[in-house]
Amino acid sequence: MAAITERVALAHESAPAYHGIWAWLASVDHKKIGIMYIYAALFFMAFGGFEALAIRVQLWSPDNHVLTAQAFNEFFTMHGVTMIFLVAMPILIGYVNAIVPLQIGARDVAFPRMNALSLWLFVLGGLFLYTSFMMGGAPDAGWFNYAPLSGAAYSGPGIDFYDIGLQITGIGTLMTAVNFLVTILNMRAPGMRLLRMPMFTWSALITMLLILFAFPPITVDLIMQMLGRLFHARFFDVALGGNVLLWQNLFWIFGHPEVYIVILPAFGIVSEVIPTFARKPLFGYESMAMALSVIAFLSFMVWTHHMFADGLGPIVNSIFAITSMLIAVPTGIKIFNWLATLWGGQIRFTTASMYALAFIPLFVIGGVSGVMLAMAPADLQLNDSYFVVAHFHYVLFGGTLMGALAGLYYWFPRIWGRILDDRLGKWNFWLVFIGFNVTFFPMHFLGLDGMPRRISTYAAGYGWTFLNQLSTIGAFILLAGMLILLWNFIITFARKPDAVADPWDGRSLEWSLPSPVPEYNFAQLPLIEDRDAFWVAKQEGRPIQAAEPPGPIHMPSPSLSPFFIALTVVGAGYMALLHIDMGALLLMIAAFVQIALQLVHEDRGYHVHPQVPQGGAAD
Amino acid sequence: MSTESGLQRAGLDAPLELGLPKDNRILGIWIFLAGECAFFASLIGGYLGLHMNVAHGPTGAQLFDLPLTTIATLILLSSSLTVVLGVAAMQRRDVRGMQIWLWLTALLGLFFLEFQGYEFYTFYNHGLTIQTSAFGSAFFTLTGFHGLHVAFGVFWILLLLFQSMRLGINEERTTKVFIMSLYWHFVDVVWVVIFTLVYLAGKVGS
Repeated sequence: MAAITERVALAHESAPAYHGIWAWLASVDHKKIGIMYIYAALFFMAFGGFEALAIRVQLWSPDNHVLTAQAFNEFFTMHGVTMIFLVAMPILIGYVNAIVPLQIGARDVAFPRMNALSLWLFVLGGLFLYTSFMMGGAPDAGWFNYAPLSGAAYSGPGIDFYDIGLQITGIGTLMTAVNFLVTILNMRAPGMRLLRMPMFTWSALITMLLILFAFPPITVDLIMQMLGRLFHARFFDVALGGNVLLWQNLFWIFGHPEVYIVILPAFGIVSEVIPTFARKPLFGYESMAMALSVIAFLSFMVWTHHMFADGLGPIVNSIFAITSMLIAVPTGIKIFNWLATLWGGQIRFTTASMYALAFIPLFVIGGVSGVMLAMAPADLQLNDSYFVVAHFHYVLFGGTLMGALAGLYYWFPRIWGRILDDRLGKWNFWLVFIGFNVTFFPMHFLGLDGMPRRISTYAAGYGWTFLNQLSTIGAFILLAGMLILLWNFIITFARKPDAVADPWDGRSLEWSLPSPVPEYNFAQLPLIEDRDAFWVAKQEGRPIQAAEPPGPIHMPSPSLSPFFIALTVVGAGYMALLHIDMGALLLMIAAFVQIALQLVHEDRGYHVHPQVPQGGAAD
Repeated sequence: MSTESGLQRAGLDAPLELGLPKDNRILGIWIFLAGECAFFASLIGGYLGLHMNVAHGPTGAQLFDLPLTTIATLILLSSSLTVVLGVAAMQRRDVRGMQIWLWLTALLGLFFLEFQGYEFYTFYNHGLTIQTSAFGSAFFTLTGFHGLHVAFGVFWILLLLFQSMRLGINEERTTKVFIMSLYWHFVDVVWVVIFTLVYLAGKVGS
């Protein structure tokens, strides 16, 4: 029997070698994982965008038949699922991966290998969802997939892809939440107190808390539905005692926090971009952090406002109407703080700052129509009409995507070491901005005119034709704008990585690093004595102080196991879909055995010996 | 506990190598268990919403065998005691004591699973399956997921035991044993809630 031994695991002197594609598959570096998240999100955005265009083409004229009704159902369902789960969340999680460790002065995330597992579960889960088009049809019951429409009696195998695919990506997202909560709470550089963290890191912290508590309910919901469809469980089968409202409740207990999961990081991006380009500190820093926390708390108290039309009674509806309207208060605080930050600033109009500036009015429009929908009596009229479509596109596109594009232009030099072309960027911005408003503003009026959402076509006599055509034209302007973004990518990647370390005269710690950022991020951990520590150091004409003497840095080893675990889980998903129950069971056991082996795995890691520049600073 | 030290780690005492200090893992398991609370809360909420809806199948009051379930509960709760004694032995640097207590914990976990298998089989013979009624679906899903958690915990304990027997114990492995013990306590606490809300209330309530 072995006695207590000293720590035996000595680090290797160099990294285990993986080359080419394997270097990416095995990477546990948060910067590479962030890049892969962003690439994958943009890849899925092409699919989601194509589906949106097909929808708009179908609605160009009355009694149009470009898409069959079934194809239309599959397209709007997959458009929603894609944009929420495979674009908005992953692109924001990509920024969190690429930027948050740099902003808090950390060398990696708390659990680098688990981080890679999150990524691969998302990527493979997303591809799994898309193979549904080739395997009997995509999900077709809408992105919130209500029972009993999503039951086996009314829907095809696409719903199985939805149930299983979202479980796979959801588990990955949940692990991201654990990972970044620990990273942000535990791994901040010496002296970086919570109230010295950059606002994007704050938004990431609060978002991860939301994910932690919002994703388990939908996981349970998806499990119930999967068991119902594959094994005839009766959760939503009314004849045998099931209750379809159970699906709605659990879905929206997840679903409402979810909309804050995809907007809070965008708030964080705007809170970084606006101070940088107005050359002023963020106005009302503490109230910004507090508003994020209050929004997160309230977001769990409003889910029933998605169910006003269910007939839950006036008392339930009133309570949830009031809590929903309350969220406008902390959100309003944020809007006014951004405006006050701009006030008197020396504003520079780059593409990043223009996206951030456009974010504010567009999000306000989405917020105001949100408060309109929060009024239960009005909601009974507006529910399931194009007004709702207009509302959530102003929030998700005008809010989340404008924020994400601001972040893309802003952090591009940090992540890829190149600056996106600003002239093309402005073309990109104006086309997206105009295209977006032309597409979605008319939908407010279509909704007030009574056009229901999710109808595959409409008759000529309703007077909806002109506004629909306007909307379709807008969608093609948007397409032109996004193609210019693609072109901007291509010409930028054709250039050498030539960005300077601090191209925007930034304020937060990520800009203190050389370009490209070395794999260990900080040669010496910085000592943080102020909010906006990098800005203060620049003003005082000194480098940021180092918190430790230079020395060898311990790095985690790359590993292919996360990729193989994710592959095993997806394999189990296909087996379950095809009703090969024993195969699914064996592969799930294989996945859990691999995970348990990771729990006892001991990584020796390796050492790097960074060159510390004269002066000993962390840059 | 370690959350505090992590939050307040603001001085110059940060480790030279950031690496993965053990409090990351301990904080990580606490946060993971918070998410697990939401998971079981959703399952239990679903069960409470559906447990009266037995359709044509048997009710909980007809099926539940309280004496048997009480024994199973005592077995599982004792395993929380044995895992504490295992961690205490580990902290006294008594590796052999730790291993004995962990073996006992895994064994108690297996006894509990044995009980659950027997219970499921009995209920099946009395005509309750996942397909019988909403009650059946909710009952088997809730208790089944709890059972899967116990099974994963047993497997985890066995892996840690084999590791400690082959390689001994060091600072990193003690942290892993401690993390496992937190998970194990959580699974036990969930069972206390299930025992109260499903079995006791099910027997008395209807």
